Amino acid sequence: MATTTQAEAVKSRIAGEEVPIRLESVTHDYGKRVALDALSFTVGRAEIFGLLGPNGSGKTTLFRILSTLMVPTSGTATIEGFDVAREPNRVRQQTGIVFQARSLDPKLTVAENLKHQGHLYGLKGALLKMRIAEVLARVGLPDRAKELVETLSGGQQRRVELAKGLIHSPQVLLLDEPSTGLDPGARRDLWLYLQTLREQEGVTILVTTHLMEEAEHCDRLAILSEGRLVALGSPAELKSQIGGDVVIFETAGEEQAAQLAGLMANRFAVDAVVLGNAVRVEREQGHRFVTEVVEAFPGIVEGVSVAKPSLEDVFIDRTGHRFWNEAGAADETKKAAGGRTKKGRH
Amino acid sequence: MATATAATSPGRRMAVVPNPGVWTPAYSLWLREIVRFYRQKARVVGVIATPLLFWVLLGSGFARSFQTSAGSGSYLAYFFPGSVVMIVLFTAIFSMMSLIQDRNEGFLLSVLAAPVSRSAIVLGKVLGGATLAAIQGVIFLVFTPLVGIHPDAAAIGWSVLVIVLISFELTALGFAIAWPMDSPQAFHAIVNLILLPLWMLSGALFPADRASGWLGFLMRLNPLSYGVDALRNALFPAEHTLFSMQMNLAITAGFCVLVFGASWAIVNRRTHQPAA
Repeated sequence: MATTTQAEAVKSRIAGEEVPIRLESVTHDYGKRVALDALSFTVGRAEIFGLLGPNGSGKTTLFRILSTLMVPTSGTATIEGFDVAREPNRVRQQTGIVFQARSLDPKLTVAENLKHQGHLYGLKGALLKMRIAEVLARVGLPDRAKELVETLSGGQQRRVELAKGLIHSPQVLLLDEPSTGLDPGARRDLWLYLQTLREQEGVTILVTTHLMEEAEHCDRLAILSEGRLVALGSPAELKSQIGGDVVIFETAGEEQAAQLAGLMANRFAVDAVVLGNAVRVEREQGHRFVTEVVEAFPGIVEGVSVAKPSLEDVFIDRTGHRFWNEAGAADETKKAAGGRTKKGRH
Repeated sequence: MATATAATSPGRRMAVVPNPGVWTPAYSLWLREIVRFYRQKARVVGVIATPLLFWVLLGSGFARSFQTSAGSGSYLAYFFPGSVVMIVLFTAIFSMMSLIQDRNEGFLLSVLAAPVSRSAIVLGKVLGGATLAAIQGVIFLVFTPLVGIHPDAAAIGWSVLVIVLISFELTALGFAIAWPMDSPQAFHAIVNLILLPLWMLSGALFPADRASGWLGFLMRLNPLSYGVDALRNALFPAEHTLFSMQMNLAITAGFCVLVFGASWAIVNRRTHQPAA
C-alpha cells in the first residue's frame, strides 16, 4: 500500500510537523439521516480539545470514526498524519481510547486487564510490566494491581480505564464522555490527570462531553449541533463573542414572552430570542437594561436574571435554541435541566 | 512494520508501538477465556455435570425403547460419542455467548480499536472456547469403561484429535453466529434453530443409514455427522461405520477451515456502520 505517503507521514511526524488530529469535511450518514455534515477542524499538539454537543449532535459518530470503528461516508480524518479509513492500524498504534462504556473485564484483576491491553499493542515482558506500574502510578492506583476489577468503585474503574488507554504511551488520547457516572471529586481528579498528562508527556487529548462545566476545562472547543460545527474556539473566546451580558426575562407564558420580545425589539432595537416562557437578550450593561425594560412594560416580566455569557449562551446564540431542546434526548434533558435550575444564573 | 521513532523534542515522547503480530494478542485473548472460565466455578460444575446427567438419563431411557444393531450392542455405547459431541457443543455455545457480553459491555470495542489483525481476534476467541470445549470432551472419555469400551493409547489419541477438531469447528460456528448479534436471546433462538438440530441429525442419536430417505440425506449433508462418525471410528476401531476415518477427518478439518474463514471475513468487514 501507499508506502511513500506512509514514509512521508512518518517523516513529518519525526519533524513534529504533523497535526495530531485533522478533519477535512468529514461527513457521515446512516441511510437518510445525516449524522455529520462536512466537519473540518484541526487539533493542535498537546491541546485538550473538547467536542461539546447535546445527544444526537454527532459526537458519538465522530468518536467512532476517530477510533477507527467506522468509516465516514465521505471526507477524511487523520490522526498523526494517518488516515483513519485507509490506515486504521497505524492510527490505532498512535491512539489511546477511553470508551464511555466499561471496557474492562470485571473477572480479571487490574494487572491482568492492563497486561491484556498491552499484549494487544505488542508490549510484552519486562517493558510491559514497567508500563503497567507506570500507568497505575499515573492514575493514582499503584497498589490495586492484584485486585479484581469488579471489586473496585466506579471512580477507580474509570481510572483503570484511563490507565488502559495509556498503556502504549499514545500520542493522542480520545475520551468519550469520560466523567459519566463519576462524583464531583472523581471528576475533578480525572481532569487533573488529563492536565498533567498533557503537560508532562505532551499528549494531545480529545474529549467528548455534553456537560458545560466540563467543556470549560478544555483549551479549545468544537460545539456541534445536529451534525454541524456551530462554534470553534477557546471557551473564553467563544463567550467573549457574545455582546456583554445575557439577560433573561421570565414571563407567565409563551404568549407573553412573544409579546414582550416584540415590544422590546420595537422599543430598544435588540435581538430578542423567545425560549419557552422566557425572552433572552444579549446586551451591554445588562442591569441597566433590566430597569429600562421593567419600567417600560410593567406587569409582563415575572423574573429576571443577568449573567455573564456561558457556553450554553454560545450554543443558543449560534443555533437559536436551547442546548437540551434537541429531539431524542428526552430523559437526558430532564436530568440536565434539573442540574441547571439548581445552579441558577445571577 | 514497526517504525521506531526516537524522541524528537524534550518533554515529548514518540509512541514506539511495535506491530503486535497475530500470536501475542491471540494468546492474550485465549488466556482470558480460560481465566474467566475457572473464576466462575458454577460454569465448571455445570458444564461437566449437565452432559453426564443427560447421557445417563437419556441413554438409559432410549436403551429400553430401541434396539440397535451396532456391534457393541447397548444404546448407551452407541450414544456415547454423541454425548461427547454434545458436551463440546454446550461449551462452545456457552463460550461464544460471552462474545455478546463482550460486545454489550464494551470490552470488544477496546479490542477492535487496537492495532490487532482481525484474524488474531477470531483465533484467540475461538481457540479459547475450543480449548475449554475440548478439555471437557476429553475428560468425558474417562467414562468409556462404563459402556464397556476400553480404548488403547491409539484410540485415545485419535479420539482427542477428533474432539479438538470438533471443538474448533463448533466454536468457530458459534463465533460466526454470535458476532452479528447483540442479545443473548437472539443467539439462543439461532442456537435452537441451527445448532441443536445440527447435533440431533449428526448420528449422535440414531444412525444415518437407518433414517428415512430425506433425513438420511440431510444427515449426510451435515458436517457434524462426519465428526461424530470420526469419534465412533476412534472409539470402536473394530466396528464398521458409515464413512471412513480419512474421509471423516478430511471433511471435519475442511469445515474447520471454512467456518474459521467465514468468521474472519465477518469480523474483517469495515463499513459505514458502527463496528460494535
